[in-house]
Amino acid sequence: MADQVSTTPEPKDEPPKLDKIRQGLKAFSDKAKEDIEALKKPEKTPLYKSMFRVKHDESERSRALSVLTNVFFHLHPAKVNRDAVRYGYTWGMGGITFYLFIVLTFTGVLLMFYYHPSKGQAYRDIVYLMNDVPFGRLLRNMHRWAAHLMVIAVWLHMFRVFLTGSYKRPREFNWCVGVVLLVFTLLLSFTGYLLPDDQLGFWAVTVGTNMARATPLLGHEGPFGPQLGMTPYNDVRFALLGGSIVDANALLRAYIWHCLAIPIIVSLLLGVHFWRVRKDGGISGPAPVQLESEIKPIRKI
Amino acid sequence: MGGFNWQQLWEIASAPDNVPIVALLFLAPFYTWYAFHQARENDRLIDQLEADPKLAKTHHRKTFPWRPGWLKEIHTWPYLMRMELLVAIIVTVILTVWSLTLNAPLEELSNPNLTMNPAKAPWYFLGLQEMLVYFDPWIAGVLMPTLIIVGLMVIPYIDENPLGSGYYTLKQRKFAIATFCFGFMVLWLVMVFIGTFIRGPGWMWFWPGQTWDPGRVVFEPNRDLPDLFGVSSMPVKIVFGAIVMALYVAVVGYGLHKLITRAGFNKKIYERMSVIQYVVMQTFLVVMLLLPIKILIRLLFRIKYIWITPWFNV
Repeated sequence: MADQVSTTPEPKDEPPKLDKIRQGLKAFSDKAKEDIEALKKPEKTPLYKSMFRVKHDESERSRALSVLTNVFFHLHPAKVNRDAVRYGYTWGMGGITFYLFIVLTFTGVLLMFYYHPSKGQAYRDIVYLMNDVPFGRLLRNMHRWAAHLMVIAVWLHMFRVFLTGSYKRPREFNWCVGVVLLVFTLLLSFTGYLLPDDQLGFWAVTVGTNMARATPLLGHEGPFGPQLGMTPYNDVRFALLGGSIVDANALLRAYIWHCLAIPIIVSLLLGVHFWRVRKDGGISGPAPVQLESEIKPIRKI
Repeated sequence: MGGFNWQQLWEIASAPDNVPIVALLFLAPFYTWYAFHQARENDRLIDQLEADPKLAKTHHRKTFPWRPGWLKEIHTWPYLMRMELLVAIIVTVILTVWSLTLNAPLEELSNPNLTMNPAKAPWYFLGLQEMLVYFDPWIAGVLMPTLIIVGLMVIPYIDENPLGSGYYTLKQRKFAIATFCFGFMVLWLVMVFIGTFIRGPGWMWFWPGQTWDPGRVVFEPNRDLPDLFGVSSMPVKIVFGAIVMALYVAVVGYGLHKLITRAGFNKKIYERMSVIQYVVMQTFLVVMLLLPIKILIRLLFRIKYIWITPWFNV
């Protein structure tokens, strides 16, 4: 800046106005260069700082903060048991289940763009999706297979949690939340089965909901159902299907349960499930083995 | 009977919606082996430490390598999160390849007048559908699912064994693991496999490789237990069935009680349980065992009902 000031008073050959512009341009380009230079370190920019709030470097503190200050990452603790990252302990099944739930939500929303839950139109939409929509077939396949995979992953997750005794004190309640999530996973899959409105889904849901006829007290073919005034037109199956047969109302109800109600319930329960994993002391192991000779006598209330 | 119908078997196994079951046929044994393998390693360590109390005081008590000075905890970022990313990528690749190579099934437009034969529930509910053979719908379709859900939920509240929390082991939790594996593998997964591979048109039993013949006529006279004993009048049937059921509960309950209190360690755990915990556990075990017993007497002796009443049959 200093030399700029010193050079300006001595314009000899060039008209002073032009020189002033040139100097202005040079100052501008210098400043721009400085800015561009600064962009090489994006973590120093105000934009980045506004988003991430903490400095990231190789320090212990920074690594912890990168997890703790991020709303998505902070489901994790800052540190975990050193052996917990071994695949052999958890098989990653809980995480895979959650990841598949995200994949299903994403592909599911895209599928909703192409689908009308009304009799007649629904089946045509699927045929259209599979034959005319770009990547429509891939989209539908991914949704279907991710759903099947999720059921398998949930089962294996439950199996692993049982075999590692991870439901034991203080994690009893979270196991129960998990059982409810398992049931809702199956119900999510089941309600989706009807939506293409093809023979496969129709008869699967017919077989499935026919069992509701036999509900004790609440079904018209169940024990003590008729005695309580249950008919095909007012029992629990009627409530599920919105009618006495699997038809347009059943399609709409399956659609709403599948796309709206159950995903909301599952999302809430997932929040509880993850929160409780943290609150109950993090993931259960791999813990040091305990010995029979060390069992403490039970405390009576 | 004809020869072994490979094509039929292939058609069932390669039906797109049955692929998950075929996958489970490999995944379930693999992960069982994987868990039991680690359990045996831990069990060896437990034996070693039980035999050497001095070592037990100083040992880090895991089968994984350990050196003094190593950190017990590591940073989530990056050590855990890179694993999660890796798993997510692998799952995505598997899912993409699967989706590119195999199309989701789409049958004809639904038609209430054209019954599918066999009309099967989605594969994960085939265990319940298979149960319909052995129980009335209100038991198979409503009572049993409820009991499975509630039964799973009470597990943590009746398992008073403090050992085996947070690591794989077999020897410290023999009874719990045997029971769960029996319920999950035999009563759930095998039933799903039967529903998929064995049950053909009319929900008839076709061995793998046997051609599904919708016109097959099977003469399977189903008898009820009271008939075998010449009981014919309804009031006597009610009483007879109730007595047989009470006998079943008494015998199986007593047998289980003997089994639980026989071995030293199980007895120790039994003594830690409250009366409520024990009664709840016994109830669920007795009901659970009713399923394989009814399957056996149905398949071997063609007995349909044990207890007949005007309101319900068991």
